[in-house]
Amino acid sequence: MSLLAELEVTAKETRRRPTAVPVRRTGAQLLWEALVREGVTVVFGYPGGAIMPAYDAMPAYPIEHVLVRHEQGAAHMADGYARASGKVGVAIATSGPGATNLVTGIATAMLDSSPMVCITGQVSSTVLGTDAFQEVDTTGITLPITKHNYLVTRAADIPAVLREAFHVARSGRPGPVLVDITKDAQQATVDAPEPREPRQSRAPAARAGEAELDRAAALIDAAERPLIFAGHGIIKSEGTALLIEFAERTGIPVSQTLLGLGGFPATHPLSLGMMGMHGEAWVNNAIQGADLLVALGMRFDDRVTGKLDTYARGAKKIHAEIDASEIGKNVPVDVGLLGDVRETLQALMPRVKRRGRPAWLKHLAGLRGDTSVRDIVTLPHGEKLHAAHVIHDLWRLTRGEARVVTDVGQHQMWEAQYYKHDHPRKLITSGGLGTMGFALPAAIGAAKAFPDEQIWVVVGDGGFQMTACELATCAQEGVKINVAVINNGYLGMVRQWQELFYGGRYVATPLKSPDFVKLAEAHGLTGLRVERRDQVEAAFARAVADPGTVVIDFRVEQEDSVYPIVAPNADLRDMIRRPSPLVETSDDQ
Amino acid sequence: MINDASGATPRTFIVHVEDHPGVLNRVVSLFRRRACNIDSLAVGKSEQPGVSRITLVVRADPGAAARLVLHLYKIVDVLQVADVTAAKAVIRELVFVKVSAAMRGDLLQLCNVFRARVVDLCPASVTVEATGAQDKMDGLIEALRPFGILELVRTGAVAMTRGSQPASASALSVSASAEIDPPAYDHSSIQDEV
Repeated sequence: MSLLAELEVTAKETRRRPTAVPVRRTGAQLLWEALVREGVTVVFGYPGGAIMPAYDAMPAYPIEHVLVRHEQGAAHMADGYARASGKVGVAIATSGPGATNLVTGIATAMLDSSPMVCITGQVSSTVLGTDAFQEVDTTGITLPITKHNYLVTRAADIPAVLREAFHVARSGRPGPVLVDITKDAQQATVDAPEPREPRQSRAPAARAGEAELDRAAALIDAAERPLIFAGHGIIKSEGTALLIEFAERTGIPVSQTLLGLGGFPATHPLSLGMMGMHGEAWVNNAIQGADLLVALGMRFDDRVTGKLDTYARGAKKIHAEIDASEIGKNVPVDVGLLGDVRETLQALMPRVKRRGRPAWLKHLAGLRGDTSVRDIVTLPHGEKLHAAHVIHDLWRLTRGEARVVTDVGQHQMWEAQYYKHDHPRKLITSGGLGTMGFALPAAIGAAKAFPDEQIWVVVGDGGFQMTACELATCAQEGVKINVAVINNGYLGMVRQWQELFYGGRYVATPLKSPDFVKLAEAHGLTGLRVERRDQVEAAFARAVADPGTVVIDFRVEQEDSVYPIVAPNADLRDMIRRPSPLVETSDDQ
Repeated sequence: MINDASGATPRTFIVHVEDHPGVLNRVVSLFRRRACNIDSLAVGKSEQPGVSRITLVVRADPGAAARLVLHLYKIVDVLQVADVTAAKAVIRELVFVKVSAAMRGDLLQLCNVFRARVVDLCPASVTVEATGAQDKMDGLIEALRPFGILELVRTGAVAMTRGSQPASASALSVSASAEIDPPAYDHSSIQDEV
């Protein structure tokens, strides 16, 4: 009888009989049983000495294992899986270097509130703290970059710890949890205990009070120049449909944070686009002229606000947020609405008046005016290839329906500007930590959540090389993703800052890369090269038709910059704009 | 904001936490990463089995202090946090000061003023014990300085609110349902909210 069948029979017997008959299990078996119980179907990992007992027990359980090429990739894959599906992603690594290699991926998940559970092997409890082979203080190292972590030294503790780890990862403001299990705890055989229910947060109740909701509604009804900000919390709380209803009811236009893109449809008439450092010029100007900001599930990051002293001075602020410590952290607020953003919207909806704001919308439409003539997307066909062309065409050809996973840098901002996301969870990007090398592994994770979906990686030539080893994972696991390398031969965003803020001294930013087409081919994958705009469409078609992962090397204009840009800690209005219209415009929409 | 010295005054927090390895580290790390210096820290058992009580004094302005409370609550092992700076509370610390033994008469007079006791007396030195509010202890130490302080130790403040209601009453009632030899995470049996 298989282990699982045996477990089921035992569980039934347990229910029937007043006293439970204990089942003998190793710690490793308890680990996999706990993961099955949590609904885990796929884990991303890399074996090694201290986690070998767990790996040895794995084949008996209905969980798929994706063998990565570097543990950072495992963490990003679990993160990408979580962001795409809303479920908890799981990464597994061994002790020592296995655990330290996870660190960047864990911190990435922490900064973007991504639910993830990392399992690491640890040296046996008898040698803990002796600098044994491949021993590091994993819980110490990961303490500030996890929501919580555990060191487990007894097999019998595994079920309850895993139960609580998953609860902590997905409850409240989600985040990564690490469980460090000593080798002897994996090996020991014990009577399988029933997992106890997890502890609950002791923080004060996370629900907005009636008085605050009434005050917020009064401010909204009275505002003449209001804006709604859709942050990551809208997506995490599955609040998109309610937000659309709320915006339409109140007639308030919506701007998105980077991680909020897709939380409100970009093509909705009330959608303004992204705010902040590389946000749309009209949005930043609108913020500085607004009389009310309704911020939903965001944290007023410095990339969003620019200089705090001059940020939206004329606006009252309503801040709905699940994490109490975020309310008023960076920007003083008039009304704080603590709690799940969707629930807050639900409570707010019947309290606000239905009204339109035609004068305000007309003013905003006017602000958009000068941007279109500065837009590189309006360049004619056949000329030099700009990254914006690639992204714009990708949006056009996928009809905005693809799931796009981006890396960090210029291409990330262009993606945010030119790919119009109409659906939540369809943009996956490292916002808070800004982790280069995130895109390829995160896309593999997303592909494991949605294997039949069209998934595109948009990545720079720099970030691609940080985790390009995961192409081998694509090849081995048969993962189908499409990789658009925006190759400009520079670490582009840093080069742009050198151009604008460091006197044009390009120190350590020119980048000599391998031939990405041959690199793909070396992995048994398809590689394509695109150098002109009229080749873009055909390359996309070929990539989508290919059953395996395809890498397209887009040789784009080398010294293009992302505009507008608000210099760090500058007033939001103080944007550096694209110097002038590049050429006569020609609309190819 | 938190490490901004301007407007920052000593604030006293009482923090109840689960009593197992690593919890103090989590609490202290929260201040460390914000470059916030801890003036004093006292940890010990509370009236509840399995629950430790921390009294923590840091310099922070009221806004930052309120935020620190919210951050502390994000630690899974933290059960209850109270900022008792403005509350009716008894806040005391214990001090030992070893001074050189010259001018004993003056020293004993001074001890009377500060209600300090001599706990060790030998030919070359005198050890004085005193209990009181932290600023009183600062005063004692300054007064003792001319005698030649050889050694000094302070426990850090411990605090208790006045009145019959314990600071911990409501928050701790559901915890501490620990069975024999509870593992680190083992606690309450409230329903999962997920």
